[in-house]
Amino acid sequence: MIALIIRRLFQSFVVMLAVALVAFSLFRYVGDPVSQMVGQETSIADRERLREELGLNDPIIVQFSRFVLNSLQGKFGISFRLGRPVKELIAERLPATLELSLVAALFSLAVGIPMGVYTGLYPHRYLSKFFQAISLIGISLPTFLIGILLILIFGVILGWLPTFGRGEVVKLGWWSTGLLTVSGWKAIIMPAFTLGMFQLTLIMRLVRSEMMEVLRADFIKFARARGLSNRAINFGHALKNTLVPVITITGLQLGSIIAFAIITETVFQWPGMGLLFLQSIQFADIPVMSTYLILIAFFFVLINMIVDILYHIVDPRLRAEGAVV
Amino acid sequence: MSKKSIILAALLVFLLTVPAGAKTLRFAFQGDVKSMDPYSLNETFQLGFLGNIYEGLIRRGPNLEIEPCLAERWEILEPTRWRFYLRKGVKFHDGTPFTADDVIFSAQRVRHKNSDLKTRLSDKVKVVKVDDYTVDFITPVPNPILHVEWGTWHIMSKSWCEKHNATIPESATGESENYATRHANGTGPFKLVSHEPGVKTIAVVNPHWWDSSKEHNVTKVIFTPIASDATRVAALLSGQVDMAYPIPVQDMKRIERHPDCRMLVGPELRTIFFGMDQFRDELLYSNVKGKNPFKDKRVRQAFYQAIDIEAIKKKVMRGLSQPSAMMIAPGIIGWSPKFKRLPYDPEASKRLLAEAGYPHGFEVTLDCPNDRYVNDEAICLAVVSMLAKVGVKVNLLAQPKAKFFPKILAPKLDTSFYLLGWTPSSFDSWNVLYNLHNCPSESGAGKFNIGGYCNPKVDELTAKILSETDQAKRLKLIEEAWTITINDIAYIPLHQQALAWGVRNHVNLKQRPDNVFSWRHVVIK
Repeated sequence: MIALIIRRLFQSFVVMLAVALVAFSLFRYVGDPVSQMVGQETSIADRERLREELGLNDPIIVQFSRFVLNSLQGKFGISFRLGRPVKELIAERLPATLELSLVAALFSLAVGIPMGVYTGLYPHRYLSKFFQAISLIGISLPTFLIGILLILIFGVILGWLPTFGRGEVVKLGWWSTGLLTVSGWKAIIMPAFTLGMFQLTLIMRLVRSEMMEVLRADFIKFARARGLSNRAINFGHALKNTLVPVITITGLQLGSIIAFAIITETVFQWPGMGLLFLQSIQFADIPVMSTYLILIAFFFVLINMIVDILYHIVDPRLRAEGAVV
Repeated sequence: MSKKSIILAALLVFLLTVPAGAKTLRFAFQGDVKSMDPYSLNETFQLGFLGNIYEGLIRRGPNLEIEPCLAERWEILEPTRWRFYLRKGVKFHDGTPFTADDVIFSAQRVRHKNSDLKTRLSDKVKVVKVDDYTVDFITPVPNPILHVEWGTWHIMSKSWCEKHNATIPESATGESENYATRHANGTGPFKLVSHEPGVKTIAVVNPHWWDSSKEHNVTKVIFTPIASDATRVAALLSGQVDMAYPIPVQDMKRIERHPDCRMLVGPELRTIFFGMDQFRDELLYSNVKGKNPFKDKRVRQAFYQAIDIEAIKKKVMRGLSQPSAMMIAPGIIGWSPKFKRLPYDPEASKRLLAEAGYPHGFEVTLDCPNDRYVNDEAICLAVVSMLAKVGVKVNLLAQPKAKFFPKILAPKLDTSFYLLGWTPSSFDSWNVLYNLHNCPSESGAGKFNIGGYCNPKVDELTAKILSETDQAKRLKLIEEAWTITINDIAYIPLHQQALAWGVRNHVNLKQRPDNVFSWRHVVIK
């Protein structure tokens, strides 16, 4: 197990370095931050001086090595746009994104799995067909449209939920949480639903097909023959056997929830990292963009590692092989 | 404790913490304040926002009229020596008194190389303290518009900057944050409480403000940047903000129809225009080789007359634009109703092209931003099809501003035909003539004259306009200069776009034509 983790860590480092290099070479195409850092009347010489000071005139490989060296020492530089340390900016935004992603992921699991089990067990009931129809909507409607529709209905027409922001937040050390206030919970409902909708339908469909597959398996028939209760069969044996793919997908999707919260955060003006990233792209704020990409790569790598470890816990066959792998 | 008593207690706490008559103004804008440092960025929203917290020696009223502010009055002792008498008894938010030392300090700080507001005060101007409440500004040559841009030259406290190690503006390359980036200490009607970039900024009323004629009744201001248009409109419609801007043209009707909201629409001071490369011997992006068609005035006029400005107003801007014959808006010093647009006339346009030797038109690339001005890309698209009707094939290159500006601005000037907008920060013609119409030179003249239009007569007049102190004579010179450039078709002016603010009905405010939202005029019912 330890060897596995160490090997994984090493691979992760290489992956992250590759991500950083690719991202960095793309940055030269996002535009010039200098023209936005200054007003229209700033002289050309001043602009050039600024460009020189920021090191934007250096070859890309020099800029990249400087970035990697600084990052390794924990120096992520200062945002071109906001004039504040990137580390601080990200640390401020991280809790908002993580909270939103976790609530969205939990929501999609808590609703998706039961729906999947139900439709798997009773594929011909009307309710199942209804769930199926909903899942089609969830998979085919783009996130921003769902978000805007929700805002229109619950925010503007009914006026029940706030249309933007996080509501009131409580500071717990450096972590700011919206989950301890009523307005915070009200504010998270629509973004979390929007963000989790796609995952929900994905999980539901996955659980459904896996359930139907497993229910046909021999060991389920034996279990029935032994006279086990439906409950024990469905949840104790069948569901448990569908979980491996569900964990994989959930894990991988959690990474993408965090990474692609960008759209949801923009629609709801959710003050998370995605919003920060988007604003940074528009500004060509290279220090923020590069740090964000490194962080997201780190999340993916970390989540993948956790998923691998979870496999070992859920699936005893892998544990046995683990010694040889 | 019973449920009832808890509710009662909560109510009591609420009543105790919210003072009677507390009026909170909540508003949203598409972008954020980049920094609280008043010398960090020369941009309208940035400086307009800070103008509620900081103040200058002068300020601008609701119709942009110059009002005394931190300077009670001023006089011109001799053409090169201005004397400013400072207001007595003014205190910064931290309680320290405002004196001549703060003005001298601010004059140094605003001219530091890291400052983006160096144009507010030339390096050559000497600032001399006469006594604690009198300051002289000595200019090398007479300058009748020395103070007109000082509404956004905000005075900072010397002692506060020294105490917090913020005596120079933030440098973009620094490793650490400047104290003034997230803290503010001005003399203005509001005090900064907190600033979370991209989330919200909170300010409260300054009870010790010097202006006894205060008209606003706001006690607290909460500003939220909301980048997405739809979300910003929804926030206004649902009553979560009291005011939001800008409102996209397609959503104005919805706000008008809402019983509790209204639209405030007015012409903005920015003029949108097309520029053409007139200095290269061959265009960079054209199929005409060996010569530059834009050097021929007939071609420029053909382009001008091929553009149906009323159609752009009606279809693209949905009625919310003011077609313009000049490169400045009404309200800018030097504007005159005398100038009229050349009529839309595709036949004349074709004839002119034929006369110039392009009976079948030619091909050229148009550079256009797609996230800078109201419907910028749509305007360009409309013009592409209008020019196609007279035989000119325009290839449109529409890009985000982060790509667009470095391409077309100096030193690259990598364009043949482009769309741009310009607001003179001094609200005076001289700025537009100097930056857009003077022959580009090392001295800084013609810095934004991307097309390289050059007429020595205009340069001469511009220099005279700068130093002429007699207002009537000066206006005459300005008119003369505009007559030449308009006759030369130096640029093709299009229109002034409209300001579009959405406001809840219980809020009264004043819309300034420069798109600055001044909280000191806000009355909440």
